[in-house]
Amino acid sequence: MISDPRPLSPHLQIYRWQLTMTLSILHRITGVGLAVGAVLLVSWFGSAADGAVPFAKFQGFLGSPIGLVMLFGCSVALFYHLSNGIRHLVWDTGHGLDLKSVYVGGWTVLVATVALTVIVWGAGLSVWRH
Amino acid sequence: MAMSQMRSPLGRVLGLGSAKEGVEHWWMQRLTAIAMVPLAIWFTICALGMIGADRAAMVVWMHSPMSPVFAILLIVAAIYHLSLGLQVVIEDYVHSEGWKLGLIIVMRLWCIVLIGRGVLAVLTLAFAAS
Repeated sequence: MISDPRPLSPHLQIYRWQLTMTLSILHRITGVGLAVGAVLLVSWFGSAADGAVPFAKFQGFLGSPIGLVMLFGCSVALFYHLSNGIRHLVWDTGHGLDLKSVYVGGWTVLVATVALTVIVWGAGLSVWRH
Repeated sequence: MAMSQMRSPLGRVLGLGSAKEGVEHWWMQRLTAIAMVPLAIWFTICALGMIGADRAAMVVWMHSPMSPVFAILLIVAAIYHLSLGLQVVIEDYVHSEGWKLGLIIVMRLWCIVLIGRGVLAVLTLAFAAS
């Protein structure tokens, strides 16, 4: 029995999928992931400060399969969070909040993330081999 | 009744109400975000040059005039930014007041330790004998 049929907020399970909702939660997920990346960053400088042997060990860890997966995850997260963060900063100025701009910006962020990942890992792997 | 009289007499006498810091969280999140746009790009390019590097290369890098400054700014901005972000994540998903407060305190203290370790590491490299 509904005495006052006011609109209810729909649950996620029955909410039609939209690009914008995915980009929104990805911003938070990549942000939390980058918090782990910050530990990696500090540990990297920290091991170098500790000495040549600890730094060589840490560099070796970064070059191991687990380290490379972590680096790849952190870099993709960084490029996404950076691109989408700029999108957020544009919104903060009051621009680009209409439906069309939100979608254009969203797709631009995804393309930028893939492009930056390909460029940086292309450059990185070519340096690494030599 | 005027707005000013909607507060209790005791509250007015004690000067309770807004902590005058309502936009501090929002503002510092944006400030650190803007700072990190160039810093993250700078670091990504430098990190590519450090692939397979030994400690001596890190010391050379940190002996250039601006590199340790940028490295310290990146570490401080990143960890300040992530502490603000993680605080919101904790506030959104942890519903027990005790756990919420406890986690935010532990997270904040952990961030301060990370900043200390990171900044000291960069300074150690900057002042290390080459």
